[in-house]
Amino acid sequence: MTAVAELMDYAEVIERFDPVLGLEVHVELSTNTKMFCGCANVFGGEPNTHVCPTCLGLPGALPVMNGKAVESAIRIGLALNCEIAQWCRFARKNYFYPDMPKNFQTSQYDEPIAFDGYLDVPLDDGEVVRVEIERAHMEEDTGKSLHVGGATGRIHGAEHSLLDYNRAGVPLIEIVTKPITGAGERAPEIARAYVTALRDLLRAMDVSDVRMDQGSLRCDANVSLMPKGTSEFGTRTETKNVNSLRSVERAVRYEMARHGAVLAGGGTIRQETRHFQESDGTTAPGRTKETAEDYRYFPEPDLVPVAPSREWVEELRGTLPEPPWERRKRIQEEWGLTGEELRDLVNTGAADLVAATVDAGAEPGDARSWWVQFLTQQANAREVELADLPITPAQVARVIELVKSGELTNKLAREVVQGVLAGEGEPDEVVETRGLKVVSDDTALLTAVDEALAAQPDVAEKIRGGKVQAAGAIVGAVMKATKGQADAKRVRELILERVGA
Amino acid sequence: MPNISRDEVAHLAKLARLAVTDEELDVFAGQLDQILDAVAKVGEVAGDEIPPTSHAVPLTNVFRADEIRPGLSQEQALAGAPAAEEGRFRVPRILGEEQ
Repeated sequence: MTAVAELMDYAEVIERFDPVLGLEVHVELSTNTKMFCGCANVFGGEPNTHVCPTCLGLPGALPVMNGKAVESAIRIGLALNCEIAQWCRFARKNYFYPDMPKNFQTSQYDEPIAFDGYLDVPLDDGEVVRVEIERAHMEEDTGKSLHVGGATGRIHGAEHSLLDYNRAGVPLIEIVTKPITGAGERAPEIARAYVTALRDLLRAMDVSDVRMDQGSLRCDANVSLMPKGTSEFGTRTETKNVNSLRSVERAVRYEMARHGAVLAGGGTIRQETRHFQESDGTTAPGRTKETAEDYRYFPEPDLVPVAPSREWVEELRGTLPEPPWERRKRIQEEWGLTGEELRDLVNTGAADLVAATVDAGAEPGDARSWWVQFLTQQANAREVELADLPITPAQVARVIELVKSGELTNKLAREVVQGVLAGEGEPDEVVETRGLKVVSDDTALLTAVDEALAAQPDVAEKIRGGKVQAAGAIVGAVMKATKGQADAKRVRELILERVGA
Repeated sequence: MPNISRDEVAHLAKLARLAVTDEELDVFAGQLDQILDAVAKVGEVAGDEIPPTSHAVPLTNVFRADEIRPGLSQEQALAGAPAAEEGRFRVPRILGEEQ
C-alpha cells in the first residue's frame, strides 16, 4: 500500500481536465457543554473524565439538546447566507465503529437546520469567488481512538485500540459546499481560500476555537476531474486528515495530479476515502466508503423537532459581526494602509486582532505595533498562530491604555503581557501581583534620588558644577533601586532639582 | 408492493452485526415482507399534505441550558468495560474483516 502513485504534470491536468471540488468542513462549537448532555466540552483532559451515561451510550440514557449549540448553528447558517429550516429533526446515522459508543451518530439527514447559502471568498489577488453552500447541519463529534501495536498510531496493523470518549458528543456543525466547478488552475487555491475565509468568519463570530491543529476545524476535500468538453462529473475521492490551511491546498493539488495520471492511463478512479500525509504531501487510501443507504438513517425518536421561530432567527441575525474581510477593507481605508501592508497583516494573522484591539479602544498604530512585533515574536517562540496566543485583543488594548496613562513603561508593559500569556490573569491583576506599577510617586522617587546622590558624592559634585550629563549615573542607580519601575525622565528632572543645577 | 429479497436480508443482518442462519434468512425475508406491506398501507392514505409523524407528542424546541453538570469519574465510566487500559476502553482491532 506504499506504492508511489503516478502523478500527472499539473499544467497538463489543467489542459486536459476540469476539476470539480466539494468541501466538507466540520466545526466543533466552543460551547461549555456537549451537544446532548451536560459534560464539559474541553480539548484534551484525562481520558474518559468528561463523560456520562448519555455520551457513553449507556442503556436508558436520554439526550437533551444544548440550546446554545442550536443558536450557534443558526448563526452560522445565517452568516453563510443560508435559509434556516422552519422545522427540522435529528436522525440516527447507524454504523458500528468503536469511536461512537451508541453505535449510531446523532446527526441530521434530509432536514438540515441551514441550507442553500453562499460564501464570498476573497483570493490573495483580491478577486472574490462565490462558493455555494449546500447545507450546514448539526451533529456530534466522535471519541478518539489510539491504535496500539503495528506502526505507531496507525490503524493498519494495530493489535487493538484504546478509546477515550471525552470528545464524543461535542457539538459539531458540518458545512457542505455545492460542487465547485470552473475553478480550473486555481482550484487548490480556492479550496484553501474558502477554508481560510470560513475559519476567519467563525472566529469573528466566536462560535468555535477553529484550531485545525487541534481538530476543532477539519476539512474533507472531495476532488474529481472531468475531461475538458464534458459535463458529467468524474468519480470523486474524499481526502481526510487535512490539518492545516496549507494542507488543504496541497491535498487538492495532489489528488488532481493523481486522478489525471490514472484517467490518462485508461484507469478508473475508485470512490474512496483517502488520508492526507502531512510529511510528504501525498494521500493514501483509507476504508472503503459505505454508501449512504448503508447508514439506515431514521428520525431520532429521543429528540423533539427543532422549529426556530422567525423572530428568534431575526434576533440572531442581529448578532452577526461584521465579516472579517469587510472589516479589513474598512481598516485599510481608516488606517491608510497600502494593499501590501494590509496583506502582510492578514497573512500573519494580525489584521483581525489589530482591528479588534482598535475596537477595544487602542490607537491603530499602537495596536499594530504590539501584534506585529512583540506578540508575533511570542507566537513564533511558542510555535503557535498569533490568534492562538492566550491573550485577547481587549487585554492588549488595556495594556496599551496603561502605557498611555503613564502607569506602565514599555518595558513593564511587555512584562505584563508575558504575565497574561503565562496565565496570570488580566493585565491589571498581573500589574498588581508582580508589583509592576511605575513608581510615579515623587516622595518615593526623591528618597531613592537622595540615597543615590549620597552614595556618589563625587558625581553629585560634577552635576552641581554644570556637568549635567553626569546625571546619567544617578538615573541608572535610581532605576536599579526601583527595579526599573521609575519613569527615567522624571528621575532626571528630580536629580537636577535636588542638586540645584 | 415491497418484496424484500433474501440477499437484502443478509445485507441488513451484516450491517446490524446479526448472525443469521440460512433458514432464518428465508423466515425473516417472509416476515419483513409482511411488515413492509403493512407499512405501505399507511402510504396509501397519507397524502402529501399530512406531515410524517415521528413523535407522538406535539413538542418542539426542548433545549437545555449550556451549563456543566457532573458526569462519571474515569473509574465509574470504565466499570462496565470488558477491558480497559491507560484509562481508556480497550477494543479488539478495528480493521481486519473488511480490509
